[in-house]
Amino acid sequence: MHELAVTESILQIAEKHALQADAKKVTDIFLVIGALSSIVDDSVVFYWEMISKGTVCEDSVIHFNRLPATMYCLACDHTFEIPGELVPCPNCGSYQLKIQSGEEFFLESIEIER
Amino acid sequence: MATEKVQVVEKILDANDQVASQNQTLLSQAGVFSINIMASPGAGKTSVILKTIEKLSGKMRIGVIEGDTAPVTIDSDKVMAMGMPAVQINTGGQCHLDAVMIDRALKHINYKDLDLMIVENVGNLICPAAFKIGTHANVVISSIPEGDDKPYKYTNIYRGIDVLLINKIDLLPYLDFRMDYFQQGVEILNPGLTTFKVSCKTEEGFDQWILWLTQQVDEFKKRIHA
Repeated sequence: MHELAVTESILQIAEKHALQADAKKVTDIFLVIGALSSIVDDSVVFYWEMISKGTVCEDSVIHFNRLPATMYCLACDHTFEIPGELVPCPNCGSYQLKIQSGEEFFLESIEIER
Repeated sequence: MATEKVQVVEKILDANDQVASQNQTLLSQAGVFSINIMASPGAGKTSVILKTIEKLSGKMRIGVIEGDTAPVTIDSDKVMAMGMPAVQINTGGQCHLDAVMIDRALKHINYKDLDLMIVENVGNLICPAAFKIGTHANVVISSIPEGDDKPYKYTNIYRGIDVLLINKIDLLPYLDFRMDYFQQGVEILNPGLTTFKVSCKTEEGFDQWILWLTQQVDEFKKRIHA
């Protein structure tokens, strides 16, 4: 439900960097989003088309680099991916786990025309 | 036309985070300790706040910023009825409070005389986790009727919080809530998290929470006066 606010932030960041790079047009936006960040890609794209109209980002394409959420099992040293929901270690069944990755949430780069 | 790649690597909610840190600076400079209370609808956020005010009355001056998605003042009215200043934020349907809303709210409440500012976030276990608002501590209230699987499904809300209240423990005998299973999930997400099991109805466990909160306020005041 907070995709509109998130999409507005993406636009602000993209516009700022486009201006700094003296871009005439932004063609692509590359996001890196971990599986533990609750963001729905389709909703971001939906809002993007609406709010980027009339900006330097109009008609640009958003790319989502979805990184998996990985857990480390403290009991058996096993590293595994989770589907976003917490599950016990598939190797030994332990819940003594540590989150290793999946919380990434940043704009990595933009592709521009000058 | 040839395109060119421009490296950005900027956190998507960086602008919000910056306003959040300004909010924290404003509150710190005024000597006001602040907490952000997050929970699902019906977990007992307002009840915990009212009970906390009652327990601390005469000892601390407390203000409340109430976040709701609709233009209602039910919650802020209850706070003001207890003689404490409150301001209601209507998010206009938005599912969480953000740092800019708190910045605006601080202009509408005389916070400089306060010891403690309590922010009641919008009832939701997903969105508030993503938006920092600038408080000194983040609190989640879980309640027994919500079920023991919440940490497994709503992982983010339990990350980066400073204290957890498990509310409505008076209902434990009537519901199949496995406390061990619940706390095991929380432990993965936030190892060693300070946790209080409370009931607003029977007041069980409330003294420990009040003691913790009082200590936080005292330590904060010592830190900023040091």
